[in-house]
Amino acid sequence: MNTFFILVGRDLRLSVRHRADTVMVAGFFAITVILFPFGIGPEPGVLERVGAGILWVTALLASLLSLDHLFSDDEQDGALDLLLTSPAAPTVVVAAKIIAHWLTTGLPLTLLAPVLGITLQMPSSSAAPMMTALLIGTPTLSLIGAVGAALTLGARRRGILMPLVVLPLYIPILIFGVGAIDTTGMGFDAGGLFAVLGGFLLIAAALCPWAAAAALKIASE
Amino acid sequence: MHLPIQHVFLKLAAIIQPWAAGLCILCFLFGLPIALLFSPPDYQQGDTVRIMYIHVPAAWMGLFCYGVMAAGSASYLIWRHPVANMVAKASAPIGAMFTALCLLTGMLWGEPMWGTPWVWDARLTSMLVLFFLYLGYMALGDAFDSPEQGDKAAAILALVGSVNLPIIKFSVDWWNSLHQPSIFSMAGVSVDTAMLPPLFLMVGAFQLYYVVVVLMRVRAQVLTAKIRAARLMRAA
Repeated sequence: MNTFFILVGRDLRLSVRHRADTVMVAGFFAITVILFPFGIGPEPGVLERVGAGILWVTALLASLLSLDHLFSDDEQDGALDLLLTSPAAPTVVVAAKIIAHWLTTGLPLTLLAPVLGITLQMPSSSAAPMMTALLIGTPTLSLIGAVGAALTLGARRRGILMPLVVLPLYIPILIFGVGAIDTTGMGFDAGGLFAVLGGFLLIAAALCPWAAAAALKIASE
Repeated sequence: MHLPIQHVFLKLAAIIQPWAAGLCILCFLFGLPIALLFSPPDYQQGDTVRIMYIHVPAAWMGLFCYGVMAAGSASYLIWRHPVANMVAKASAPIGAMFTALCLLTGMLWGEPMWGTPWVWDARLTSMLVLFFLYLGYMALGDAFDSPEQGDKAAAILALVGSVNLPIIKFSVDWWNSLHQPSIFSMAGVSVDTAMLPPLFLMVGAFQLYYVVVVLMRVRAQVLTAKIRAARLMRAA
């Protein structure tokens, strides 16, 4: 357990010192969301209706972008091999990196979303369900993404391959994430949809660290 | 390289393949005319129902191939069984083709019947996801300089993606969607019994087609591996 916290602390420290990476993900999120009012047109009714979808799709893409250096930085400087040969279980290493990844991408995106929601003219009452949905959904994105990042480690044309591997697995979270925000916005009880999102998170938390650890083992052979 | 087990496979394949091919042709010879010409039209859908005889077997095969792929990948990862991986790899393009066929025939049927070729409901979406999983599996397997690393990475992806299978199977029961529920349920069969023989003939034809093609592809893989091994021997 101690190793786990040391590893999370290490990754957080690294991302604080390479501030550009974290800021870039948030910046990508913000600027891509802001593109939509220009593309769709600024009529209030339209933007309000599609706002939840825009925020989720953009969060998905931002999370995907940041996966690129989840394992590859450590692989390039050799730290990954050391971590995998250390006495700590590979799943612990992977879980720590996933938590750190979420803290530096998923959490900032969740905090940024209500502000961007205002630019999409979404009602202020949608801020709470939006943040709840993102808070439950984005850790699942990090978990699934870690499997994709580990599987594509060392692959050719990794940048194109990763979306093809990861995005199909992201689709259920997108569906239920947007559904939860929209259903609450229409004044219905969306408890079931939030529960499904939570279910995805639990399943992913149970399976993804193992799959990612197995993939890393193959990549480092 | 475990050549003995692959020899056993080559011998078995040589016995099974002609029989499967013959039966497949027979099933198509009887199934296609019955399904497309002689079976009764539906009382609501008219002749459009005949698309079902292609669509339903294709959908089943799309799921079946993924099941084989996941099982083959699991036995490859657990027992390092080389032929299991070859079967998994050979099933992927066939499964992708059946899934695409299922989606296309579904669109052709949806246009006159639902009034739209595509709706974003659970079953259609999960079938589309299945298609992308096949593409991802094939792309990942080819993306590494070392073929073995590609095989193993793709095998893990196949297992991760198998979470999607039950979602597709039960999507029409769990969610109230535009797509018809399965005609087979605990309560019995919900179509006219005259429609069942052509349906089962087509299912048999598709299944046998799969067996023939998968055997061909695996034989090709075994032989390619043998040729590569022989070339390496000569070079060494």
